[in-house]
Amino acid sequence: MSESRNAILGKLRAGRDAHPLTPPESDFAVLRNKRWDGAERLERIKRMMEAVHTEFLETTEADWPADVQAFLKAQGTRNLLFGPATEAGARLSTEWAASGMAGGPELIPYADRVETFKERLFDGIDAGITTTLGAIADTGSLIVWPTPEEPRLMSLVPHMHLALLRADALYDTFWQAMTENRWADGMPTNALLISGPSKTADIEQTLAYGVHGPKRLVVVIVR
Amino acid sequence: MGETSINFAKASSAALQDQQLRGNFRRAMDGLMSKRAVQFADTAEWNGVRTLGASVRLRALSKLPELLEKLEANCTKNGIQVHWASTTDEANAIVLSIMQRVNAKLVVKGKSMVSEEMHLNAFLEKHGIESLESDLGEYIVQLDEAMPSHIIMPAIHMNTKQIAHLFKQKIKEAEYTEDVAQLTDLARRVLRKKFATADVGISGVNMAVAETGTLCLVENEGNGRMSTTVPPVHIAVMGLEKVVEKLEDVPPVISLLTRSATAQPITTYVNMISSPRKEGEKDGPNEIHLVILDNGRSGIYADEELRNTLRCIRCGACMNHCPVYTKVGGHAYQAPYPGPIGSILMPQVEGLEKRGELPHACTMCNACVEICPVKIPIVEIMGRLRSEAVHPGDAVRGAGSHASKAEAMVWKGWSMTYASPLAYQFATALLAKLGNAAPASLPLLKEWTNVRAKPRFANRTLHALAREKGIPDV
Ligand code: SF4
Repeated sequence: MSESRNAILGKLRAGRDAHPLTPPESDFAVLRNKRWDGAERLERIKRMMEAVHTEFLETTEADWPADVQAFLKAQGTRNLLFGPATEAGARLSTEWAASGMAGGPELIPYADRVETFKERLFDGIDAGITTTLGAIADTGSLIVWPTPEEPRLMSLVPHMHLALLRADALYDTFWQAMTENRWADGMPTNALLISGPSKTADIEQTLAYGVHGPKRLVVVIVR
Repeated sequence: MGETSINFAKASSAALQDQQLRGNFRRAMDGLMSKRAVQFADTAEWNGVRTLGASVRLRALSKLPELLEKLEANCTKNGIQVHWASTTDEANAIVLSIMQRVNAKLVVKGKSMVSEEMHLNAFLEKHGIESLESDLGEYIVQLDEAMPSHIIMPAIHMNTKQIAHLFKQKIKEAEYTEDVAQLTDLARRVLRKKFATADVGISGVNMAVAETGTLCLVENEGNGRMSTTVPPVHIAVMGLEKVVEKLEDVPPVISLLTRSATAQPITTYVNMISSPRKEGEKDGPNEIHLVILDNGRSGIYADEELRNTLRCIRCGACMNHCPVYTKVGGHAYQAPYPGPIGSILMPQVEGLEKRGELPHACTMCNACVEICPVKIPIVEIMGRLRSEAVHPGDAVRGAGSHASKAEAMVWKGWSMTYASPLAYQFATALLAKLGNAAPASLPLLKEWTNVRAKPRFANRTLHALAREKGIPDV
């Protein structure tokens, strides 16, 4: 198909060279100037995400595994998909085992390739938990970069997605997050912004939550 | 007009008779317009982002061939296989050959306007491959064996009752319900099984980043993420204009797109894909293919004015604000892209023989230009295409195909009359005396009078009245 490639590029080049175009300067000041104070950022994130049905769970560095366990038990969640090789995952498995809670949710490790447990993943899992790289005040969005230890489907297939957010990992804008952290130097396989549970308005403009992805998104704020 | 010409006038008068359809559209469009307005309460900020977004699109167009090469190089480096297609036939053939190599039987699709342009579903079905739309709106339209009527909300022409009946009729396990949450849940259950078993996922691309070789997709439902993550093979199709230069160009364009399209500060998901599954990763497709489609775009690009059509980020806002689209709905255009953008894009892609009527589906009110987040001079292009349709030339396929001797004569007579004071005086005096006697059924007049009252000529001309007031002729 390289014939088409060369034909297309040749035509584009000829067209452009016959009528070159001088674009105006791109002035990013409008994004650079969007700033919120520390406390305001989290407030705004909560407000924007709650407006699209996101739930929040406030906890601390010391207590979050126990708080998540208690929360899920209260919700009647049967099980939780987690990444056993992450630091957060290690804490979940040791602290849940030590807690001795009866009737709490079962921990299911995402330890193997998806092909080995696709059916169970789609049919038998209630919730999944992932870490985040922070959140964005401008739009109320979580930054999630899946990894081999926390694969892509963890935040998509289970009916509930729990996302750990460090209260100090907040950005003003998407633009700020990507430029400050130099994303352009090396993008991961998949980078995501997640701003609420899955939703649709395709039936007569009526909002419905949980169409293909998680029906509930619970942000666990860790202070 | 050639026989393949699409008859917009006929389809739109049928649509205008359909009160149900008009009600569905009116309600939806009003909702969208008022929600959108709220997003832009801070005018200075909106204008800043809009100017930035327009500059990003223009910069991309100014380096289009180089950026496409860079995109290809970086995608290839990342393990994404890049294919080029001059025509939709070629794009379909590329998709099919990938499918056949992996022996695919079932494909799940995320929303993609380019695949509509390719008529990909019909093509795959012909080759024995089930191709299932997974965006809820697209799924509804596919069940109904219809076409999308809006580029953002494909099933906007239907109301809940109609969808409830459709589900009951077409989905085995469906119970009749008009509860939107239950209908949505039903689609969820049906489609989850398909995601889990599909051999290939197909998606569009909202933006491709040359700098990093990244494909960006925005969506609310999660079906786009499913289609690009669960099946072992992912094929993305994009129009060649979708490239941007740098990663930092993405945030302003996404902001314009989601706010203009559905009045959201951002969609639920922004999905950025830069590579297939790597060694050690536990999910994601093993292969990603990117098909870059021309289909007339390089021709559009060659013309300095028409080139602006390629700035479009497919937000659909021009439709929501168009007095023609909001009355006749999307199907009257009989095109994958309806509304103002469709009326300028379709004739350029498919030729004026077939689509020459569309630039006339416009009152030139300029609402779309004011709303367009990347400031495309839609109405100017509309005028240009009207003129191209009647003047032979080679800027647009089918230029001159709508030329008519009668029309040319009318204009010639008109310009002669206006060039000569004597002829003008004579003509206006004649119309003042005899104009009202002309029957409403005269050929050209009929178009106007069959739905409106015939205008009445004053029995004295403006010149005569002015002269009476002592204003001299120049
Ligand atoms: S022409 Fe402008 S308003 Fe219309 S879809 Fe494209 S970007 Fe949006």
